Formats: sequence, C-alpha cells, structure tokens
Amino acid sequence: MEHTSLLERILRGIALTLVVIFFMFPIVWIFMMSFQTNETILRIPPQLVFKPTLANYTALITGKLTTAAGTLDIAFMRNLWNSVFLSVTSVAVALLLGVPAAYAFARHKFRGSEDIAFTLLSFRFAPALLVLLPLTLYFQKLGLANTYIGLIWVYQLICLPLILWIVRGYFEDIPADIEYAYRIAGHSWFATFRKIALPLAGPGIAAAGLLAFIFAWNNFVFALVLASADKQPVTVGALAFITSSGIQYGQISAAIVLSITPTLALALYAQRYLVEGLSLGAVKG
Amino acid sequence: MASLELRNVVKRYKSQTVLDNLSLTVADGETLVLFGPSGAGKTVLLRLVAGVIDPDEGKILIGGEDMTDLDAEFRGVGMAFQNFALFPHMTAFDNIATPLQANRSSQSAIKTGVQSVAKLLKIGHVLSHKPRALSNGQKQRTALARALVGSPPVLLLDDPLRNVDAKLRFEMRLELPRLLADRGATVVYVTQDYKEAMALGDRIAVMSQGVIKQLGTPEQIYREPANIEIARLFGDPTINLLDVKPSRDAKGIYVGLSNVQVHLAGAYETAVGRDCVIGLRPEALSFVDEGTPAAIPVTIEAETPLNEKIVTLVRTVRGREILVSRPAGTPGQTEGRAHIGVDSKSALLFDRASGDRIGSKNVVNLRSGEAA
Repeated sequence: MEHTSLLERILRGIALTLVVIFFMFPIVWIFMMSFQTNETILRIPPQLVFKPTLANYTALITGKLTTAAGTLDIAFMRNLWNSVFLSVTSVAVALLLGVPAAYAFARHKFRGSEDIAFTLLSFRFAPALLVLLPLTLYFQKLGLANTYIGLIWVYQLICLPLILWIVRGYFEDIPADIEYAYRIAGHSWFATFRKIALPLAGPGIAAAGLLAFIFAWNNFVFALVLASADKQPVTVGALAFITSSGIQYGQISAAIVLSITPTLALALYAQRYLVEGLSLGAVKG
Repeated sequence: MASLELRNVVKRYKSQTVLDNLSLTVADGETLVLFGPSGAGKTVLLRLVAGVIDPDEGKILIGGEDMTDLDAEFRGVGMAFQNFALFPHMTAFDNIATPLQANRSSQSAIKTGVQSVAKLLKIGHVLSHKPRALSNGQKQRTALARALVGSPPVLLLDDPLRNVDAKLRFEMRLELPRLLADRGATVVYVTQDYKEAMALGDRIAVMSQGVIKQLGTPEQIYREPANIEIARLFGDPTINLLDVKPSRDAKGIYVGLSNVQVHLAGAYETAVGRDCVIGLRPEALSFVDEGTPAAIPVTIEAETPLNEKIVTLVRTVRGREILVSRPAGTPGQTEGRAHIGVDSKSALLFDRASGDRIGSKNVVNLRSGEAA
C-alpha cells in the first residue's frame, strides 16, 4: 500500500465514492421520501430541499392513515411485530432442529444420509407458488391456515435447509481428532457436541442464523397466501398502502425504513463477530 | 495399571483391509513402539484401542476386561495425537484439565493436577494461552500433558514428536522414557523414526500393510531383522544390501564379494545355490590392511562425518557402492585405494525372492500374531 501514489489514492477514493453513491442512492432516496408528503414526493422535477414532516411515521405508529378519501386503519405496527415474531421463532426452531441434524449429517455417515440431506436441500428448489396450492388445502383441513404455527412450519422450508447445509460444512471442517480427544478425555458424545462442536462451529451457526433470518423476514408469497390481516408480516402488509386514492409513497417509504431497521441493525451488530469468527480460522489448532 | 491385549483384530475400510487379523499383547507397564511406514495401520490400531473407531472383528482387552464395545470415554486411556488435536477455543490450562473435569474432580484438585503435570513438562508459564498463541513445542507438550494428567493406565502416543523441530525432538527423546517410566503406565507409542523407536521401546512391533512383521526388543530388531525391509528401515546410515549366491567349500558356506570369498558364520546350509541378498551394516565393515584374509579391494569415493561416526562411501571393483562407518575420532584412510573386511558374524542373509531372512535364530517372527 505504501507504493501507491497520491493520484492513485485520489482516483481510488473517487471510484469508491461513485460505487457507494450508486448503491446507497435508492436507500437514501427512500429515507428522504419517508419525511415528505405525497405532494412533495410527486413534484416534477424532484427537489432535494423540502420541509421534513413526521406525519408518515405518526400515521404508521398510530395506525391511522389519512388519505384524500378519508381515514383508513392500517395494521403496520402489528405487521412489524408479526415479522419479528415469525422470523425469530422460525430461525429459533430451524436452529434447534437444523444444528443437531447438521452435526449428524457431518459426523455420522449412515445409509441414505446423503439422500436425506439432499432432499432437505431440494425444498429450496421447489417453486413456492407450486407448493402453495396443495399446502393451503392441507392447512385448511388441518386447521393450520392463518395460524402462527402453520406459518412458522412453512417458514422451515426457507430456514431449515439453509441452516442445515451451512452449519454442516462448519461441523465437517472441525478435525475429527479434536472431538476424539475430548471423548477419550472421558466426556460423552453429547458433552463433546456441546463443549467442542458447538463453540467451534459458532461463527458458522451465527452466519447461517442471520442469513435464515433475512430470508424469513423478506418472505412474501407464503405469508400472502397463508395468513390473513392479523398474522401478516410487513412484506405483505405494505400492500395496504396501495389505496383507492393512490399509492401512499410517503408511508411506504417510512414503512420500508422501519422494516429494514431490525435486519440492518442485526446485520451490522453481527457483522463484527462474524468477520472476526470467520477470519480467525477458529478451528486451526 | 493394566495390560493391553488385541485378539485377532480386523479393520476394513470399504474393500481395503487396514488391519488384518492382528493380535498383540502389551504387558503392564511396558512401552511398546509401533513402527512402520505411513499407511501401515499404526494410527488405526491406536484409535481402535482408544475406542474412537470400532473393529470389524476381534476383541480389545484392557486390564483383562473386554473393552471392544465400550465407548471411548469409559476406557480410561490417555492419548496424544500427532496433530496435537488441542481444543482451539480453550486455554492450555483448560485443555489439560479436560480429563480431570470428566471425572468430576474438585476445582482445587484440577488446579493442582494441571499445574504439577505442566511443571513436569515445563509449560507452567503458558497455561493461560490459547493454542494458537503456543509454539509447536508448547502445543506438543500441552497435548502430552493432557494425555498424562489423569494418570491413565494405558497411554497411546501417536507420533507426538512428528510435528516438532529437531532440537525439541532430540530433547523429548531423552525425556520421554523417564517420564513414561515414572508414570508406570502401559504405553503404545507410534513413530516412523527408527531412532525414537530404539530409544523408547521396551519392545518394537514393526508394522507393514496391516500386519506385524516383527515383534521384538530393539536389539533383536536391529541384529536379527525378519526381512530386508526391516533391515533397511532400522539403522542410519542404511544397511548395505548386495546380491549374492552362497556356495559351499571345505571351510563352510561362503559368498563371493568382488571375487573375494567371504565365509559366513551361521547356519546357512539352506541358502546354498539360492539367489540371496547379503546385508552388511556399515559398522560391520572396517578398513583392513592389504593381505588380510578376505579383504575386499575398494576405492574410496567420499567421506561424511555423521555425529558420532564417520561414514565412508566406497566402490568395489564391480562398481557397487558400499557404506562403511567407524567411530568418530578413529584414524582412517580418506582417499584412494583401500581394503575392507567383513565382520561375518553380523552379516545378514536374506532370500532374494521373498525378502525373508535366512537362518532365523532367536528371531521372534510374528505374522498374524503367531510365531512363523
């Protein structure tokens, strides 16, 4: 790095700035829109200077959407809570089921283990819309349609294969000798799993969990079909902003800002640990 | 303390047989060295004893008790791995403490136990470090400490000096026998280094392709190797191997080396007229004056001082290269023409086709556990 000239550094700075502006622009624009009314947003030409308003956020938080056609009830905060609840619970269930399964697939090669693991992965190949019709019918019969349990169950299609396959790789990377050494020291296989395998695969489990959370959070189509208003997450709830009197750009922007905040915060928080854990090569003796 | 016994153990991976009907007994308190090239099945054997892999057939007994179906944590063995296998997320102290934690020792007992073994292995000052902050030598000692700390009756050491530098290996080769003797444990020690095998083993089992080719004291293995392969593996510089066809005359059995008749001491009647290989250790050869009976004329090619001995490369009139060694500090010819004499008592004769030694006096030659 010491050999780079001043010019080179300036050019690199400019290039980086351009890239950042290119990728950040939509986010920044949405952020700005969330503080404007529909009128100022739709001005032509668009203007960078405006009088900020918190009306969009108050509307979302109080649940009263005032449009030209009158006041409308929206359940955005409810949707946000649904998103948090569904994603957190789904990832928790997937971790609870997926991590031990991943360990089993990584360490115990039994007849058909590869086939089972692949079948689980293949759930990711199935087009959601194709699965949904029979699933809806079954769920209605079983009484699972429009329940949290039903949704969390379906969300396992998203979370479980992801966690299983990522974490399995991490378990496989742990040298078997390390686990053998702990067994020989006199510990049971379960103690070995808890004290050796889990901590060493920790960064991988965190990464898989985070990824699964983001996928679950962004899911749209499962929730659209299987959940009614009071169980809907934000992704589906956003449809409510397309009203008879037009699209409420201001509220949509505010809703987007509110709904990406949890995932963004989680990603930023976890990133430090993820990068640290992954780059240390935790398993090297 | 406990003896260790393997009875007709077979281990296969897919179609490959890694251990072939192997039987072995290690007496209480004995140090047995498993020696052999990589892929001989040494590590597999250790793992079978430790209980982390299961044999396909046969039994494993520790202290007379059948341990074949018992999980690793119940066998009460200690093991040090070739790659150390330290727990990377624990400090050296916690690494060493794991066997003590398993048998629910009190905190103070754990502390005392770890510190005493750490002091013994001179790693007391690095106990708070994680493995990645340790040097290779410290890692090796930590791994060894972890194997020793619980005073297991059976100790399995899988080439623990493989990944450490030469100086440390030399030190440990001196320290280990005393350390192991003090513990009184039954030890199975795997190595590919013949010097380590000779230095540490009460007995050495030479393994190759899943069977024990020879089992005996270091002395026996060196003096009376069961076959050419073993003769070649033990000894530095390596043994001189020359093709010969023994004949008989009035004075007994002799071989022709560079047109010189060298009479052999030993019962080699069966070897007469067969294609054989004679094995001459470099120290069984010496420079002699011209005119000495059975002196072989040679040309000196090169001379190399090798620690405590001087090794000379000579060439016979037929162009065969031979190594001759003599103790360092003794005078000797360094160039030109010379004559060498053979100490016929220590000459070894092998069958060329099978590689087996001929006239196996006192040799414990094991194949599948039975004396051949």
